[in-house]
Amino acid sequence: MSGEELKIKIIQLLPSATFEEGGEFLNINVEAKDWLAFAKQLRNEEALFFDYLFCLTCIDWNTHLTMVYHLTSTKFRHNIVVKIKLDRNNPEIESVSQIWRTADFHEREVYEMFGVNFLNHPDLRLLILPDGWEGKNPMRKDFEDPVNMIKL
Amino acid sequence: MYRENEIMDGIADEKARREADETGDLIINMGPQHPATHGVLHLVVTLNGETIKKVEPHLGYIHRSIEKMCESLTYRQFIYVTSRMDYLSAHINNHACALCVEKGLQLEIPERAQVIRVLMDELTRIASHELWWGAMAMDLGAFTPFFHAFRERETINDIMEETCGARLTMNYMVPGGVMADIHPNFQKRVKDFLILYKRKIKEYDELVTGNIIFQNRMKGVGYLSAEDAISYGCTGPTARGSGVSCDIRKLYPYEVYNKLSFDEILETEGDSFARYMVRLREMNESIKIIEQLIDNIPEGDFQAKTKAVLKLPKGEFYTRVETARGELGVYIVSEGGMTPYRIKFRSPGFSNLSALDHMARGSKLGDLVAMMGTLDLVIPDIDR
Repeated sequence: MSGEELKIKIIQLLPSATFEEGGEFLNINVEAKDWLAFAKQLRNEEALFFDYLFCLTCIDWNTHLTMVYHLTSTKFRHNIVVKIKLDRNNPEIESVSQIWRTADFHEREVYEMFGVNFLNHPDLRLLILPDGWEGKNPMRKDFEDPVNMIKL
Repeated sequence: MYRENEIMDGIADEKARREADETGDLIINMGPQHPATHGVLHLVVTLNGETIKKVEPHLGYIHRSIEKMCESLTYRQFIYVTSRMDYLSAHINNHACALCVEKGLQLEIPERAQVIRVLMDELTRIASHELWWGAMAMDLGAFTPFFHAFRERETINDIMEETCGARLTMNYMVPGGVMADIHPNFQKRVKDFLILYKRKIKEYDELVTGNIIFQNRMKGVGYLSAEDAISYGCTGPTARGSGVSCDIRKLYPYEVYNKLSFDEILETEGDSFARYMVRLREMNESIKIIEQLIDNIPEGDFQAKTKAVLKLPKGEFYTRVETARGELGVYIVSEGGMTPYRIKFRSPGFSNLSALDHMARGSKLGDLVAMMGTLDLVIPDIDR
């Protein structure tokens, strides 16, 4: 489907979604509370069939966090990007690891690096950081480590 | 500070250990210093007898937070760090980053640079697969193939050394093209390599592929269905062994790949042997690409004219390339400055590894090594 067709289809599924222009892919802004139901529709809707989550990450904007999901369909080869704003002090979002299993590892990485709490994740533990890591999340912009960090 | 002690004291938590005691399961550590993990990968394997119940990867032993490091490096500097990610396909990592910066700058690359880039990528792919082939056979107990593989790989490294000045972390691709023009001997030496390779590749099949012991250990082991491969985000030869068409060179062609004739290798069995065959046959496709280009390197500049200080406009840029292990994505978020605001590397190894638990459940411990071999794991690529 082309970008315009995708837009029409997605508005039908989720009227509260807003779109961002300009990027390479179609960017969709979604509220955190709608995400899980919307993700299921993206995966299961016949005409959309977004079965491959090729990138899952988070961006710290100092005022808020943004979750970024890059999705593609191996059948139709169309791509979208879903963005979800999260509260920086208490970031919480539903896990999508039941829908796309690659999200399991990627969400664990975001959990330790950004401190996002994924609800209903099957196994939310530290993946890369050492066990018993205390303190802040390293990929946040205000993270300071006077011993190991080199500023250029 | 480091966690080895804690892990050796008691793997997993108290609850898991009590459960293991009750059911008679055995929990063993594979790695972080195990010869078959090709680096510092730590797997906690739950066994019942000899049957695998669960494989739990513990990562981070070589985590250098390259993403965080890149946030304080300029668009020219950060590319050099990425050579250290997947060190077996350093050229292709550099290529992905250079492409992403070029997309942001909307820069046109001279055709000579494009052809040189593709040539280097394919040579890297062959070198990477050669090392994988040797290491894979060694994992299964055959030591000799390793030397056979390195015989050819050294020739490629010599070619790289002549043109790029380095054998492993080349740092040859820069935004705008390549760092320096190819060495005058380059074409001749690559052609010599092609002759050598074609003579020697038959030995690979004679020595390993046709071996009945080898086949018995590979066939029907580590099955991954096409749906699972997509769901776990597997790419590269790992997914193509399950019949998933995912070659970025074909699907989203970059540089001159759309003008070349080569095939995407697909196998449908989804077992270790299928993944093995995909990689082995992929080397021949790379040879085909090199043959088409080596006599047709266009004249012209090897680098486009760029400003001394690169500044990307505000926005988001995503590129993907096909490395030897699969799809590498580079996601740059720019705020208009000299350094990226946020950079994310979607590394193929990280996603491929996540499928290991699913593949290994129910098979024997000895087969785990064969499965890991066919995933072609490079640990710095997983940890970043």
